[in-house]
Amino acid sequence: MRFILRRLGFYLIAFWVSITLNFLLPRFMPGDPVSRMFARTQDRMQPEQIEALRKLLGVDDRPIWEQYVGYMHNMVTGQMGVSISRFPTPVTEVIASQVGWTLLLGGTALVIAAVVGNLLGILAAWRRGGAIDSALPPFLIFIGSFPYFWLAMGALYLFGVTLGWFPIRHAFSDTIEPSFSWEFMSDVGMHLVLPALTIVLVSVGGWMLGMRNTMIATNAEDYITMAEAKGLRPGRIMFRYAARNAMLPSVTSFGMSLGFVVGGALLTEVVFAYPGVGYQLLNAVQGLDYPLMQGLFLTITAAVLLANFLVDILYVRLDPRVRAN
Amino acid sequence: MTSSIATTASTVSGETLAGGTPPGTLAGNTAGTPDGGAGLPPGASVRRPNRSLLHGLLTNKKAMTGAAILFVFIALALLAPVLYPDNPSKITGMASQEPDAEFWLGTTAKGQDVLALTIHGARSSLFVGLTVGFASTFIGILVGLASAYFGKFIDEALSLTTNVFLLLPGLPLLVILAAFLPPGLGTVILVLVVTGWAGSARVLRSQALSIRSKDFVAAAVVTGERPLRIMFREILPNMASIVMGTLLACIIYGIGAQAGLEFLGLGDVSTVSWGNNLYWAGNEGALLTGSWWVFVPSGLCIALVAFSLSLVNYAVDEVTNPRLRKIRKPKPAKPGKRASA
Repeated sequence: MRFILRRLGFYLIAFWVSITLNFLLPRFMPGDPVSRMFARTQDRMQPEQIEALRKLLGVDDRPIWEQYVGYMHNMVTGQMGVSISRFPTPVTEVIASQVGWTLLLGGTALVIAAVVGNLLGILAAWRRGGAIDSALPPFLIFIGSFPYFWLAMGALYLFGVTLGWFPIRHAFSDTIEPSFSWEFMSDVGMHLVLPALTIVLVSVGGWMLGMRNTMIATNAEDYITMAEAKGLRPGRIMFRYAARNAMLPSVTSFGMSLGFVVGGALLTEVVFAYPGVGYQLLNAVQGLDYPLMQGLFLTITAAVLLANFLVDILYVRLDPRVRAN
Repeated sequence: MTSSIATTASTVSGETLAGGTPPGTLAGNTAGTPDGGAGLPPGASVRRPNRSLLHGLLTNKKAMTGAAILFVFIALALLAPVLYPDNPSKITGMASQEPDAEFWLGTTAKGQDVLALTIHGARSSLFVGLTVGFASTFIGILVGLASAYFGKFIDEALSLTTNVFLLLPGLPLLVILAAFLPPGLGTVILVLVVTGWAGSARVLRSQALSIRSKDFVAAAVVTGERPLRIMFREILPNMASIVMGTLLACIIYGIGAQAGLEFLGLGDVSTVSWGNNLYWAGNEGALLTGSWWVFVPSGLCIALVAFSLSLVNYAVDEVTNPRLRKIRKPKPAKPGKRASA
């Protein structure tokens, strides 16, 4: 219990830091980006909306601590103002409409990469020096050297433009009305293949090598020898004895990646024009939409922190040593 | 009995971890053992660890391959003004020409020479990568050493800061910072260092902690050496290989993250760099028109540089970790910022 409380305190501090960062950035940056934004959009907005935005971004005459308290209150209660590029939709609504796509893309890619990578790692460690163990790691390291977005663009060019196997942009075709029909679902699936596949390609190596290394250490344990001496089937020893005890680091990485799913797919979403949070973040930056930018950053941070906290709780469940401390 | 075992262990680790100044290690050891002569015969000098790391790297095939690739790129970057004295962004040919005798790598949609852009691009990319790498490693060393040496409250505070920075999502933070700061090369470097130092700090702290608990450090404390001297002359040399690995990883991160940032159009779009080349390639629709030659070279260069740095990194691991040498298998990649890509 103390462990959980400690972690909770840590995440609260991290969250506070990100809110404060959000608060400070527009106020102390040179060049006054906020005025730039107002100059561009003033004629479309009502006076009271401008007033609210001024308060949010710190272009008002209140003392700084008063602004800070007000800002904290707004953020914690979810009042993030209105989006400028999608005026007058509230920021929270814009985010809500996009977070689902990000979760779909990131979640699919993460689950596939983790499952495939861990399985490959288990096999590589089990047959050390075998085909999987000697051929795959160097190949994956080489793939990992390429900039991610470059690989994604290459895949887009090869499979999307040249071969025409998969659609090249967006999450579904404009011609189909979103619904829970088979037609729409398969269309979404087709749009998902390339973005998800490229993420899997670059991330599977990390999973594999991580699992392989832990499992090599586990394979040297006495209880593995014991299990072999007992004459258990190799498959059973591999999965129930060795792999199961080597899972713990993978669980941690899964939690970390789960958090990064929300923000990490940014480049993927940009390359494939996938309408998720990351793509929106870049659009907000380009459109000088500061309220939306801040809202997105805070949402992403909150998701990362929450995912990590959930993994901590899971950890207490999985690892008795944590409970004992 | 226990103390002599501990001393032996510290000598061994000092050696295998390839430290820099043997005097510090040696002095620490003799001071640490009251029955000093038993551990080391007076004639047997400690193998100079620094030279063995260098020697190991020089005879390591991976390290030499990596160094050779890297050398070619550094040479190209330095020679760029000689090879292509003109402004590389100048329009010299027809738009979107395929590679031929005149333009070896073809031209962009604007009619710029792709080869000139690629060679000139190496300058900015390598410069930023190296600067970011050295700066974040330096911060990492400071934080890690201070954490490990002082412990207690300072360690708590520094670790908390490190962990918070590790947890903040890197790429979105990068984008937000780049959006608020005025565009320019300095901004790119600053932003990359801000988001990149925490990883190295964590790695270096845990290594420094384990060395901090060794007897020779305790001996140095007892003999009244100044904290700064202990940190930089006693502890730091004994983690040279980890520092080297961190530095290489940070440079890789710097080059990749700069390319990503610039690809998103958040760098300084007026400079010529590999990331900006790719940004313009995307912007001018090089892929949709099938001009693969505009987009392949810069990406391949980034990959080759990153790959060569990884090769050196694995070689450092192999040389300093005998267990890896026997199996002849590279150590897995460090978990890290790549997750955010």
